[in-house]
Amino acid sequence: MDPSQLKYAETHEWVFVDGDVATVGITSHAVEQLTDLVYMYLPAVGSQVSAGSPFGEVESVKATSDLYSPIDGEVMEVNSTLPDNLDLLNSDPYGKGWIMKVKLSSTDAVGKLMDQAAYEKQCADHG
Amino acid sequence: MTSTEPIPSAEPVLATALKDWHQSRNGRMVDFAGWLMPVQYSSIIEEHTATREAVGIFDVSHMGRFYFDGPEIDRFLDSLTTRRVAGVEQGKIRYSLMTNERGTILDDVLVYHLARPNGKSQYMMVVNAGNRRKIYEWIMQHIPGRGITLDDQTLESAMIAVQGPMACDIIDNISAQNPKELPYYTGAYSTVCGYEAIVSRTGYTGEDGCEIIVSKTAAEEVASEIADRSASVGGRPVGLGARDTLRLEAAMPLYGHELTEGINASQTDLNFAINLKDRDFVGRAAIVAAKKRTDLPVRVGLELDGRRAAREECTLHVVDKQVGFVTSGTFAPTLQKAISMGYVLPEYSALGTPIIVNIRGKTAQAVVVKLPFYSRY
Repeated sequence: MDPSQLKYAETHEWVFVDGDVATVGITSHAVEQLTDLVYMYLPAVGSQVSAGSPFGEVESVKATSDLYSPIDGEVMEVNSTLPDNLDLLNSDPYGKGWIMKVKLSSTDAVGKLMDQAAYEKQCADHG
Repeated sequence: MTSTEPIPSAEPVLATALKDWHQSRNGRMVDFAGWLMPVQYSSIIEEHTATREAVGIFDVSHMGRFYFDGPEIDRFLDSLTTRRVAGVEQGKIRYSLMTNERGTILDDVLVYHLARPNGKSQYMMVVNAGNRRKIYEWIMQHIPGRGITLDDQTLESAMIAVQGPMACDIIDNISAQNPKELPYYTGAYSTVCGYEAIVSRTGYTGEDGCEIIVSKTAAEEVASEIADRSASVGGRPVGLGARDTLRLEAAMPLYGHELTEGINASQTDLNFAINLKDRDFVGRAAIVAAKKRTDLPVRVGLELDGRRAAREECTLHVVDKQVGFVTSGTFAPTLQKAISMGYVLPEYSALGTPIIVNIRGKTAQAVVVKLPFYSRY
């Protein structure tokens, strides 16, 4: 996926919206900051996610971090190969490292997300 | 993402003599116990592995360094330490706890009895960074009116730990004192790169190695010399992240986690550091009383199924009953397992006891295992 076409949350998740389906992952900046990933907890297919609430967690050697949903909807599919291949988050965070696909129940939250330029500015300003 | 890392301290941030050195090597700096310290330079796993297989270089200048002067210092210190430090011969270093009247833990410390170049004794104590002021005040409160003085040299000096199977060889090349001639847990005044130094065969990683104390002005040159020489054998600077995973695999307790003012020394399974016979110290009576109790949780090691780590504040359960709590945990890079230390009620502390861990609302299976998790022997 082309990072310039994605939307970004302050909490370092990216979203690709295609009609009423959103694909969600975490940014390369997030992966760089986390380092040494060892584990990822994915949501169940069919579960509801809501913007700003945790939907899973990623664990590095150092700490456990919540993953926050940038959007509202129902989980249609998860990248079940990812927990055993966390290197995909390093090698292809915007492609093979996708985390979940969500059927949007509303597009309200999508409008509040940042574009790439705004997200990169946030990373530069706050690290 | 929001991380569940420890809350940074609110105190003003102090910097060690190596702050610029860390930053020039891409150290990711964080506030730790009021000090700006590198948590990692690259990858925690790479830094961890370099220490196990070659050499890791750690800035431990944030640890408090107290120097004592005056008569009968060993007898005075002995009145505040759970371990006997009076009458210990020159050169030796003793790991001990310091406890309050309740027998709960104020700090874990190293007491050095060094021979100065003129042969006279120098007593010194290394305390945890986060407890430096507290222990300074505690000692001053108890210091007898017989001329003992305490000099906090933390801000005037630097301390560098060099750890790993090749650490002593690296230091042998730049030190007048060959560290391999120092038995484990001894130290000596010497020179390193021509600078006055204290070299000791000590560390906090479970590996062989040594620690060097030099003046603040010598710190960068000494650290660079060690780093350059270590690089050729796969060694590298190591941050606090890997320091934590290394000490956890070696089951070494960390103040604020396994050791707190809420835990009695008798609960810690550190019996080698608690000498109760024929001596008295602050907290002794309370430790003796606590030893007789059967309702106080004791420190254990846990190995978990899966890669998910149980960290501080996870709770431990057997069937529906909470039987303990986790004090620290991680995915262990050398062992490739999730490990934790924690406290459980004595009846659940036997090796092999199955325990359920509640990790942020989800459960995982664990079993009580022998400590340490990792031993280099």
